[in-house]
Amino acid sequence: MSQAPFDGNVTAGDLADIFAFDATTAITTCATCRHTHPIATLRAYLQAPGMVLRCASCDAVQIRFVRSPARAWVDLRGIAMLEIPPSTEG
Amino acid sequence: MLWLVATVAETIAETARTTTLRLDVPVWPGHRAGQHVDVRLTAEDGYQAQRSYSIASPPGADRLELTVVRIDDGDVSPYLTTVAEVGDQFEVRGPVGGWFVWDGDDTTPVLLVGGGSGVVPLMAMMRHHTRTGSTAAMQLVYSARTLDDVIYRDELTTLADGGHRAVTLTLTREASPQWTGHCGRVDTDLLDEVGWPPPVRPRCYVCGPTPFVEAVSLALVGLGHEAARVKTERFGPTGA
Repeated sequence: MSQAPFDGNVTAGDLADIFAFDATTAITTCATCRHTHPIATLRAYLQAPGMVLRCASCDAVQIRFVRSPARAWVDLRGIAMLEIPPSTEG
Repeated sequence: MLWLVATVAETIAETARTTTLRLDVPVWPGHRAGQHVDVRLTAEDGYQAQRSYSIASPPGADRLELTVVRIDDGDVSPYLTTVAEVGDQFEVRGPVGGWFVWDGDDTTPVLLVGGGSGVVPLMAMMRHHTRTGSTAAMQLVYSARTLDDVIYRDELTTLADGGHRAVTLTLTREASPQWTGHCGRVDTDLLDEVGWPPPVRPRCYVCGPTPFVEAVSLALVGLGHEAARVKTERFGPTGA
């Protein structure tokens, strides 16, 4: 697969609409390979209908996010665990 | 998170393809150096386009500053760089992203490595360092194609005070014999020559196109820097 043009940093705004914390600093355990990565460092694909975040180690899909004007859908099947750091002032 | 109305207060041509927009955002909540905003444009027919841009201004600055590279077939950057005029309005959402940030609350040395417009969030960190009088040693290694492509060229000269801040510029395609500085890409040799030795345990921030970020972060880890102290931000092959 070609190199992803973006990483998870770029998804911070959309994820801020879904999660009550800054999701880009949260750490995922990949359901496929069990490596852990901050969401900021996942590979981000923005040209799909919505947004796809893939594991930085094994490239498996971790997060899929699709939105319409009325609602959003979040598929987290690729994540075995989400570790959320304490909130910091921002 | 709410979309806020931003009004263009000033535009500054940085290079032939790069423009800084100074924005008035009345209820801007403040930000950390390295964060970004999402910009949303709405056409008359209702079509919306959204992109993420790094914030160039330091925390506490009077106005929010974005530095944008024009991508000719882009949805957003041609408007921001060539159409937007003083008084125009669009929407911003932010600040967002708490990963690629430097708060300057300690004196740990900092190595910033930027490629092309990847220098923008690093500039927010340099400006924050200056504004707060930080005594953390901060070093910027910045790669651009030619001297004319160097964003913030004059300000970088001022910021590199020879004391707590240093700037190393390397040009990948400059053909002028007048350029006597570093040539070529940021590689292991350059990072070994001008960067901190790994035992110093600097915080490293690497921002640029994906291939640049991959190469620099691998080189830093190869030199012995801990991967966990190397933070990265990738924004595509040509910018966004």
